[in-house]
Amino acid sequence: MTGPSRRRRLAAVAVIALAVAAGSACSSSADDPTDGGAYLVWDPYPQFADDSEWVALLKKCGTSAGVTVERTGYDTTDLTNKALLAAQQGNSPDVLIVDNPVISTLAEAGALTTTDDNKLDVSAMEKNLLGAGQSEGKTYGVPIGANTLALYYNKDLLTAAGVDPAAIKDWTSLNAALSTVKAKGKKGITFSAIGTEEGSFQFLPWFWGSGAQLTSLDSPQAVSALALWADWLKQGYAPNSVINNTQTTSWQEFATGNYAFAENGTWQLANAEKLGFSYGTIAIPASAGGPAPAPTGGEFVSIPVQKNTGRYDKSQQIVACLTSADNLLTTDTTLSYVAPVAAVQDRQAADPKLKVWVEAVRAAKGRTGDNLGTKYPKISESLWTAVQSALSGGKSPQEALRAAQAAASTR
Amino acid sequence: MPSTTQTSTTARDKGGAAPTAPPRSHPSRRRRPDRWLAWGFLAPVTVYLIAFYAYPLYRNVELSLRAYTVRSFVQGGAPFAGLDNYRTVLTDPAFGPTLTHTVVFTAASLAFQFTIGMALALFFHQHFPLSRTLRALILVPWLLPLIVSASTWSWLLNSDSGLVNAALGVVGIDGVNWLTSPGWSLTSVIIANVWIGIPFNLVVLYSGLQAIPTEMYEASALDGASGWQRFWGITFPLLRPVSLITLLLGLIYTLKVFDIIWIMTKGGPTGSSATLATWSYRLGFGNLLPEFGPGAAIGNLLIVLALIAGLVYIRIDRRQHLR
Repeated sequence: MTGPSRRRRLAAVAVIALAVAAGSACSSSADDPTDGGAYLVWDPYPQFADDSEWVALLKKCGTSAGVTVERTGYDTTDLTNKALLAAQQGNSPDVLIVDNPVISTLAEAGALTTTDDNKLDVSAMEKNLLGAGQSEGKTYGVPIGANTLALYYNKDLLTAAGVDPAAIKDWTSLNAALSTVKAKGKKGITFSAIGTEEGSFQFLPWFWGSGAQLTSLDSPQAVSALALWADWLKQGYAPNSVINNTQTTSWQEFATGNYAFAENGTWQLANAEKLGFSYGTIAIPASAGGPAPAPTGGEFVSIPVQKNTGRYDKSQQIVACLTSADNLLTTDTTLSYVAPVAAVQDRQAADPKLKVWVEAVRAAKGRTGDNLGTKYPKISESLWTAVQSALSGGKSPQEALRAAQAAASTR
Repeated sequence: MPSTTQTSTTARDKGGAAPTAPPRSHPSRRRRPDRWLAWGFLAPVTVYLIAFYAYPLYRNVELSLRAYTVRSFVQGGAPFAGLDNYRTVLTDPAFGPTLTHTVVFTAASLAFQFTIGMALALFFHQHFPLSRTLRALILVPWLLPLIVSASTWSWLLNSDSGLVNAALGVVGIDGVNWLTSPGWSLTSVIIANVWIGIPFNLVVLYSGLQAIPTEMYEASALDGASGWQRFWGITFPLLRPVSLITLLLGLIYTLKVFDIIWIMTKGGPTGSSATLATWSYRLGFGNLLPEFGPGAAIGNLLIVLALIAGLVYIRIDRRQHLR
């Protein structure tokens, strides 16, 4: 009895070992990082095909560093998980371009090199933009461009309602404008308060504009910011659908022409040109007047940790090329971003349409800055939950933010 | 890929299974090449099962038993945490409501899908003109990609520009904040899920109906049974095995529904339409800083729930066969 069963066991082992060996043999040869091979670049711009200017620039930067570049574009939300898994498996790309708040997560995971290791020069970058990529005195990447939020307005609608957008300087004058628009039977403002990072991103200009800090979510200033939004829904200035709106669906509402204002980003500029009405932009006002600090959006170029540290040199050359002044202008023009370098920002600000945006980016703050780093995601989740519960009428702004502060500090 | 662990576990599995299979009756000792050939045929499916079922399941259990942070996820060396992740999940204030939502979502979806599916199956069993065409049309929700149906539902149920509220307005009823009020969001996702689940119930029950011999209905009609009596006396009991498998498959499918809810409400507002499946995803992937441990723990709890349902089914099925 033992004879055949042992033989059978041996046979099974042999067959499976063969199959596994065959499987691992072909995979290990493919991602073996050796010098001279193609340099892998991952970016969150799947909208750019291989014949786009962006990819051409990547190839050009590779050629000038003396290597070939192989590029893959991923969906932004997908890229965080892809990057973490790649780091776990030890097959990270040579150059990784990711959304700025992800940098602190990847840095925490030990997946990114610091500027000490990779010798990137980040001195030209604006401090407020670079902040999102810094933690405990170390810098983990270079901003490739920045975007932020402002208020788009429907010029035709405001003119008909007799509202002067230039007179909107603080929350009181904004509320007055919204009330006038509503009295004329039009809708006031649309934004995105969805229960994801997007919702926090949209709420932050009002939150910071009230003088509140992310370290104290239930301060009276924070309550006043959430009360402003909750009140807009109660008064009918803003539609109830904002609770479920992404920034894209919110833009679609604005594009119907029925809304006076929309809180949205630089990336909608190309779509704004296609609107059936004339539009304008103003900075988001702070509670007491002046532009509110909006959160910075946009991506960072980083160099992930490699087993073969000899590759950093070429990677550094590629990144330096991508973030050189002239190339930044090209890249940021295709992406409708504001450049992270003051000199290039000045050139962009010459275009009157970009002027508001350049100013907004200069006043903007990084979400993971102020040394919040990986504490930010938890704070943000508590914050968007509070926004949702106050807007849907579950809790008062005060109660919602008190619960948020409790959740953010205990976890 | 840790190929060594894979080979050793399979060897053990096979070793454990092999002696039980041919212990007593050995009709004809096959020659050696035959056996090699047999293993050759078995190998692909074994490798497939291990690579795509056993290994991920093992990883998921392992994730849930260790205290993973992003750092230890990448660098390795996460400390063993026993049942800490399960404790975290079970004591989370969101656990109670989320479990209730999961139960309500599953029970309500199954009840409505099954009754409506059954009613439609009986209706189409009458074979009237155009019945084939209409039946084919009812299958459309099944064929649509979920992203399409879920997005369509969220447009229909939009508070301000949705068709449903517009229709209610015509009749003079105030609009409902279907997706944005904590009181309605769960109902809305249930409605969408029922709509998507009806075709499956219809198809399976309809084919079950065709297996019932028509003579039984003829005989009962001669005996003067009413339609209602025929349903409860013939159709329902004879359809029992089919109904059971429909409900079980529906249960397993509904427990893990994620995409519809995520697309329509993201489990919100404030967790009012969150189920265990969306909660697990939110912990693992919905935040900038993933919490893999608790996320995996919820995933495993879901598997256990589905397993219990499966065992209950086997039990009922066996009892039925014994009778």
